[in-house]
Amino acid sequence: MTQAVGKSDMRVRRIDDHTSIVEVRGEITAASEKPLMDAYAEASGAKTRAVILDFDGLEYMNSGGIGLLVTLLVRANRQKQRLAAFGLNEHYRQIFELTRLDEAIGIFDDEASALAGAKA
Amino acid sequence: MEERTEGATAATAAPRRDTGHWAKPVARLAAVERGGALNANVAGRRINAAAGGFGRLFQKTFSVQVGSSVTPQELISIWKTRFGEFWPKGQRMFLPASGIAPGEVGLINASIPGTPTMATGVLVIYADDESFSFMSPEGHPFAGPLTFSAHVDEFGFTVAQVQELTRASDPLWELAMMLPILGERMQNDLWRQTLRNLALSFGADANVHERIVCVDKRRQWKNAKNIFYNAGIRSGLGAPLRLFRRR
Repeated sequence: MTQAVGKSDMRVRRIDDHTSIVEVRGEITAASEKPLMDAYAEASGAKTRAVILDFDGLEYMNSGGIGLLVTLLVRANRQKQRLAAFGLNEHYRQIFELTRLDEAIGIFDDEASALAGAKA
Repeated sequence: MEERTEGATAATAAPRRDTGHWAKPVARLAAVERGGALNANVAGRRINAAAGGFGRLFQKTFSVQVGSSVTPQELISIWKTRFGEFWPKGQRMFLPASGIAPGEVGLINASIPGTPTMATGVLVIYADDESFSFMSPEGHPFAGPLTFSAHVDEFGFTVAQVQELTRASDPLWELAMMLPILGERMQNDLWRQTLRNLALSFGADANVHERIVCVDKRRQWKNAKNIFYNAGIRSGLGAPLRLFRRR
């Protein structure tokens, strides 16, 4: 299913009962709150242990977007779920490093390694 | 936590329109000189994220209408260059003359009732035409991003907004936040008064609206050790030494 508002577009893929991927397309700003949280709700089932964010289609992120990811991380932790990410280019990896999100969200190079990491 | 798989291909690097708006990552804050500032608890400190803080996580949003004679871009431009002027009496921010820009460090000298001046700072992590954001170093009362922005509301008025997503950084700051007068005065009043001053500078005498939500009630005891860097304690311990040096 697709959650699209403005310039944000989120798609959810259920890999299995324990793992889901949220494909993030376009922008993450404060205006992306509803599509991102709706996508997380769709990705998150009773048995979900890991939610993986696919940032391959991320085109723009401002500081409001970082705030959203912090909020998402809190929600995932509350559900005892791991939050992981892949598809970040060097620029966005640096932003995760700057804001120290990389210490709380597992960063992987691609989907295969993120899925392997989620099951480890 | 960073996990990378050997041999995997990283996403391709392409120029992004947000590239110039973000600061580059820094392992530790560099020493800066700002004339007249009590400069301590900044150089060599790491930036502290909300996940690295101790107390309950709050999302606090303060906003004020400043009228329709100024655009969000004009407002942010003025706010970035005259940031410290809008702070209430007793609280001082020392920024470079050019104002707020990604990667710049601001020094804070804060007055807390009954204590010596507390010295800490911020790193400007993001700045564009309609917003800018800070993160604070170890020892600062709060851990997490702080964003200043402007937009036009449904009535056509330009609105200035401050939004925090922060935890108290250590148990002592958490305790201070729980004390009604001290906690309010240390942070919430700061932004209420700042927005009032900002609006008044544009001739608007408007009420500040606020929304405070506790996003996470849990305290992160693993980060209780942050108290080692507490800027209030360190500023207090350093005060006699500074007096001795002056003599």
